[in-house]
Amino acid sequence: MPYTPEMKELIKKVEATRPQRIEMARRNEHFPDLPLEEREEVLKKFHPDYLEEGRRAVRVGPNKGDVFPEEVLDFLESKSRINPKKVDLSKVDFETDVLVIGGGGAGTAAALMAQEQGVKVIISTKLRHGDANTMMAEGGIQGATQEGDSPFYHYLDTIGGGHFTNQPELVEALVHDAPLSIAWLESLGMMFDKDREGRLSVQHFGGSSRKRMHSAGDMTGAEIMRIIRDEARNRSDDITVLEFSPAVELLLDEERKCAGAILYGLDTEEYFLVKAKAVIMATGGFGRLHIQGFATTNHYGATMDGVVMAYRAGVKSAFMHSTQYHPTGAAYPEQNVGLLITEKTRGLGAHVLNKDGEQFCFPLEPRDVESALLIRECTERNRGVVTPTGRVGVWLDSPMIDILHGPGTVERELPAKFIQFRRYEIDISKEPLLVYPTLHYQNGGIYMNAQTETSLKGFYSAGEVSGGIHGDNRLMGNSLQDILTFGRRAGQAAAKYVKSGIKIRKLSLDHVVKFEEELKSAGIENPLIGPMILPDYTTEVVKGKQWTAHYEGTLR
Amino acid sequence: MDKEKSEKTPKKTMATGDRAILPEGAKTIPIYIMGKKYEVPETLTILKAMEYAGFKFIRGCGCRGGICGACGTVYRKPGDYKLQVGLACQTVVEPDMYLTQIPFFPANRAPYRLEELEGKPEEIFKLYPEVFRCVACNACTKACPMDVKVLDYVSAIKQGNIAKAAQLSFDCIQCGLCASRCMGELPQYHFAQLARRIYGKRIAPKSKHLEKRVEEIESGKYDEILKKLTQMDQKELEKLYMEREREPDTSVPGEWVPKETKYL
Repeated sequence: MPYTPEMKELIKKVEATRPQRIEMARRNEHFPDLPLEEREEVLKKFHPDYLEEGRRAVRVGPNKGDVFPEEVLDFLESKSRINPKKVDLSKVDFETDVLVIGGGGAGTAAALMAQEQGVKVIISTKLRHGDANTMMAEGGIQGATQEGDSPFYHYLDTIGGGHFTNQPELVEALVHDAPLSIAWLESLGMMFDKDREGRLSVQHFGGSSRKRMHSAGDMTGAEIMRIIRDEARNRSDDITVLEFSPAVELLLDEERKCAGAILYGLDTEEYFLVKAKAVIMATGGFGRLHIQGFATTNHYGATMDGVVMAYRAGVKSAFMHSTQYHPTGAAYPEQNVGLLITEKTRGLGAHVLNKDGEQFCFPLEPRDVESALLIRECTERNRGVVTPTGRVGVWLDSPMIDILHGPGTVERELPAKFIQFRRYEIDISKEPLLVYPTLHYQNGGIYMNAQTETSLKGFYSAGEVSGGIHGDNRLMGNSLQDILTFGRRAGQAAAKYVKSGIKIRKLSLDHVVKFEEELKSAGIENPLIGPMILPDYTTEVVKGKQWTAHYEGTLR
Repeated sequence: MDKEKSEKTPKKTMATGDRAILPEGAKTIPIYIMGKKYEVPETLTILKAMEYAGFKFIRGCGCRGGICGACGTVYRKPGDYKLQVGLACQTVVEPDMYLTQIPFFPANRAPYRLEELEGKPEEIFKLYPEVFRCVACNACTKACPMDVKVLDYVSAIKQGNIAKAAQLSFDCIQCGLCASRCMGELPQYHFAQLARRIYGKRIAPKSKHLEKRVEEIESGKYDEILKKLTQMDQKELEKLYMEREREPDTSVPGEWVPKETKYL
């Protein structure tokens, strides 16, 4: 759907202020950023994480008493899909050294590193191998590779962006390994944006002191996923991939070591037992829980399964109160709503503007601050643009990019976005985008150390499913780095653990039995069935007519 | 319509999640999903329209954002001989369209060891001899939902121009629609992947500053300062954070030198 005549009228206001703003950008001047004190104020008032509504304390498990969003709690306090007392644990379907749960970026990186250590790996994944948020990450990956930058500044940017709440040892690991991961990807044949001399091209991003964001067009995550998946396929003698087989429960042994998982075959509805000497959890985030009703940029399978399974096995989570709203999700056309408009767009110089075509914030604040400022402009200040379907948004002035960097830059640097809007007759090199914050990232997750070890022996965690690296707010480009740094570390740590001579004893689901007893004694009578596995978007009208359909949780 | 009022209700716009909605004033239109007629809101994508109709996806649905290649779909419109293709999550429904998804299409992939390849075209020919079965019919290019010039990159490979093939195929999302339409029965996207990895590994120039930084890290150059940062209290960190010098937007990486250099 092209812009409506009313919206086109409003775009004229953007065009009217553009020449002056272009001059400003050329003089390297920008709208002033917020001082630290004001950041806090605007976050408290406008960021969804800080609202009291829709939150309560967990009643069971290792995080008992912590206050999290209700959508998260419903699943932390959920019961198993299976009856743990009825499973015959002597019938094992697959046996391996390392089981990686999740076939996204972190899981695949972990599998490759474990395989290099000489162990056998099974990757179980909910949908296809590579169906993950990694695939959708557009803008880039951080790493202090340039001479004017160093891990020191990467550390400061990251921990400052996280409001100094991040777990220091995890940030240390991240900034230390970042250039190593980028070099690893280069050695695997990744097509980074670079010049003829091999100089990696880098950009600024929200909260950066140095240009540190490396990219491959606006498909950086997709390019990473493509090459590491391709490499895993080359190593299929040692890495077995089980697709459409999400894990639903961890298996422990009688010594309380992690010892595998139960998988659910989505096609045939069978359950399978995988016995493994070590397990790496890499299931990604929770966008599809639609925290506070927000639209999401996330993959169909992003339903927080890993946190739920780990929680039942007694593994604590950190920072689950914290959700990242990406400041610029598409708000128009309706078909693209929630779609991520990469931060690179602002990194390349596009301004954020209200309905009068005026700037109201520094376009590259850390993401939570930027989101809060956009929400303030649309709510309290009432300066947003309203769409025909009743959504609200502000302009992101993408045409500035071609003016600043030369014609064709938008199409070259943001090819996927260019195509996705051209389908609806919107040329984003000539017309601005309409944007509003969208649910983007699970900041919290499984509590782990810098070696990706958790409180459960033989159980490792990597990627978005883990918490603490980003504290209360993640910077752009640190998620792709996170999956690689900690995916690689998890693969190595798990392989080393396996090679130390681990023997798995009798398998057990007692932790599930115990957890469900705890639910009962906490008075939780009708818990949901979790993990969710897939969201359900069936309309109420259809559901009302499905007289004989049987739903297990959200699965029909 | 009361303009002020509608502008003051952003709460409503926040609470929509991803369930298909019938936007106010929108009409429904008939579409034929695998031959059966359903009435769906006219502005929806095929993916959301199928969910609106009551389908629940296990296959044929992935990122829902046009980048993962899970939801390849073929359809025809009334009165039009042409077989259309698209991604279900990106294609808007049209009245009376007949559609079905192709979430999987078999295509053989040749395993290889990247480190053993030198970047010669013959290496690709050996792994994928069928590349020469291409009859240049261009059905692949017409089928590509990402507007990749598939035939052009296939031709580039045949001509031994790996760099060109890599660049032309960069936007490929490996949905397999090209392979589903190929007269020569080729697995185009598999050898495009191979070409891109060979390009990235053997043809694109290696990054020397990255190599140097890796050496510095491995030699432990930053270990001490990073350790110190992890032990610093918040006041000290805040001070360092606020004092950071921001690299100018106009700087040239590799040439720009900050005022403070002792932490580099």
